[in-house]
Amino acid sequence: MKILVAVKRVVDYNVKVRVNLEGTAVETNNVKMSMNPFDEIAVEEGVRLKESGKCDELVAVSIGTSSSQETIRTALAMGADRGILVETDDPIEPLGVAKLLKVICSREKPDIVIVGKQAIDDDANQTGQMLAALLDWPQGTFASRINIENTKAQVTREVDVGLETIEINLPAVISTDLRLNEPRYASLPNIMKAKKKPIDIIPITELNIDIAPRVKVIKVSEPPKREAGVIVENVKELLEKLRNEAKVIS
Amino acid sequence: MNVLVIAEHENGEIKDLSLSAVSAGTELGKVNVLIAGHNCRPAAEKASKLRGVSQVLLADAPVYENWLAENLALLISSIAKNYTHLIMTATTVGKNIMPRVAAKLDVAQISDITQIQDNETFVRPIYAGNAMATVQSLDQIKVLTVRATAFEPISGHDDTSGIQLVSPTENVGVSAFIDQEVTKSERPELTSARIVISGGRGMQSGENFAMLEEIADKLGGAVGASRAAVDSGFVPNEYQVGQTGKVVAPDLYIAVGISGAIQHLAGMKDSKVIVAINKDEEAPIFQVADYGLVADLFEAVPSLSAELEN
Repeated sequence: MKILVAVKRVVDYNVKVRVNLEGTAVETNNVKMSMNPFDEIAVEEGVRLKESGKCDELVAVSIGTSSSQETIRTALAMGADRGILVETDDPIEPLGVAKLLKVICSREKPDIVIVGKQAIDDDANQTGQMLAALLDWPQGTFASRINIENTKAQVTREVDVGLETIEINLPAVISTDLRLNEPRYASLPNIMKAKKKPIDIIPITELNIDIAPRVKVIKVSEPPKREAGVIVENVKELLEKLRNEAKVIS
Repeated sequence: MNVLVIAEHENGEIKDLSLSAVSAGTELGKVNVLIAGHNCRPAAEKASKLRGVSQVLLADAPVYENWLAENLALLISSIAKNYTHLIMTATTVGKNIMPRVAAKLDVAQISDITQIQDNETFVRPIYAGNAMATVQSLDQIKVLTVRATAFEPISGHDDTSGIQLVSPTENVGVSAFIDQEVTKSERPELTSARIVISGGRGMQSGENFAMLEEIADKLGGAVGASRAAVDSGFVPNEYQVGQTGKVVAPDLYIAVGISGAIQHLAGMKDSKVIVAINKDEEAPIFQVADYGLVADLFEAVPSLSAELEN
């Protein structure tokens, strides 16, 4: 079985982001970049399926600038076998990413594509579902458990009311939620080994796919600020304020 | 503008969260509501009486019973050409289905909208709500999910609109529902509760959440948790309030033993009144709290409960 994981380079989750002076985007110059945390979970799941003998080859794909090679290297250090970078300097919307991944899927013919449920930069939560639609494959989104048996996968999904389990035919697209696993840190020997693993770099123009933006960003602004309030002395005072000042309880 | 809102329903009632999508739809124009499911005519009848709804489409067939994305997306995309906007609330159901619909139509999907500026311009949070993006759709059909807390659920009724039957699409047959584990609770749903009391890592154990449940019951509220509390195994994931959990905006949000990580703030900072109880006076939660109480929660919470008794 072959598994493809998609990984995105994003602003590290610990960075306090700032809107740029022009108000057109979030400042990404000179800030720490990392693999999208949900994609780390996707890579980890792929590596575990390899370790359990269910997966023969694990391929990590990224779409982005040449710096995204670092993100692919992280996946390789975690245990992926090889990488593919579709190289572009332009931001690509989820629909465009899904179209590009579809082309990669037609070349690589994976049995499963695992993606993070959302990237923590645009918070779109779309790419996996869109890829599944374009390939006409079933989807198992927000997975907290994946069980693969022959030509089917049982996926337990984190839904608003609790957990839902579905069975989907392979090939399929699965998107990861937080509790699927806890990603490993790559060991130093594995980081060294990853340097020798191959990354195939494909210029985006070579794929000849329509990735023209469908959404125009008019502006990016700071969210409305919330002012800190008052410190109360004790529970009595708190209740007094909630009843008589805020009037939110009776 | 011709707007189609795809509404979630349960036991013959439209879910409150979907009433917010209807409300967002009425800002754009004439709203049709699609009710899909099996034996769901009662929900369609409810929808037909909603204010601002001009037509209800009913797709009633076993194939839609469990809202499998493959079947729902096929249904929605098959009727999409009559509409300028397709809207669902950004629940796990909406997030599962709408990107699939959009891709089938070869259009973008715009997620988690908090404001509609005009027919094609929308505001949405990015970077866990640390920035707001104003975006303009260039597509013919706009496929949107809306953040429920940003749109007041539609209320009131007007003349009953017609219910039109939609012939069911074929079963795509590549996926099957197995089962669902629903967390049972007598309390209001987290996302629609007027009062929410949440615990964080400071709660120290799952058993200690009983203290918060006691207060929730006295106030008629719901219980939530930070991601740290969920990750520590104190409570199940559906309690989680935050960017990766549920986004809530109650009248009163009480954060107990929660430090206030960015990811948690993203899920509750639109609450009307925020109370923080934490023994660490440096905790970032105090920067967004209207009322802060610097105290040991194991003293403050029982005392709060006792005071509410009076």
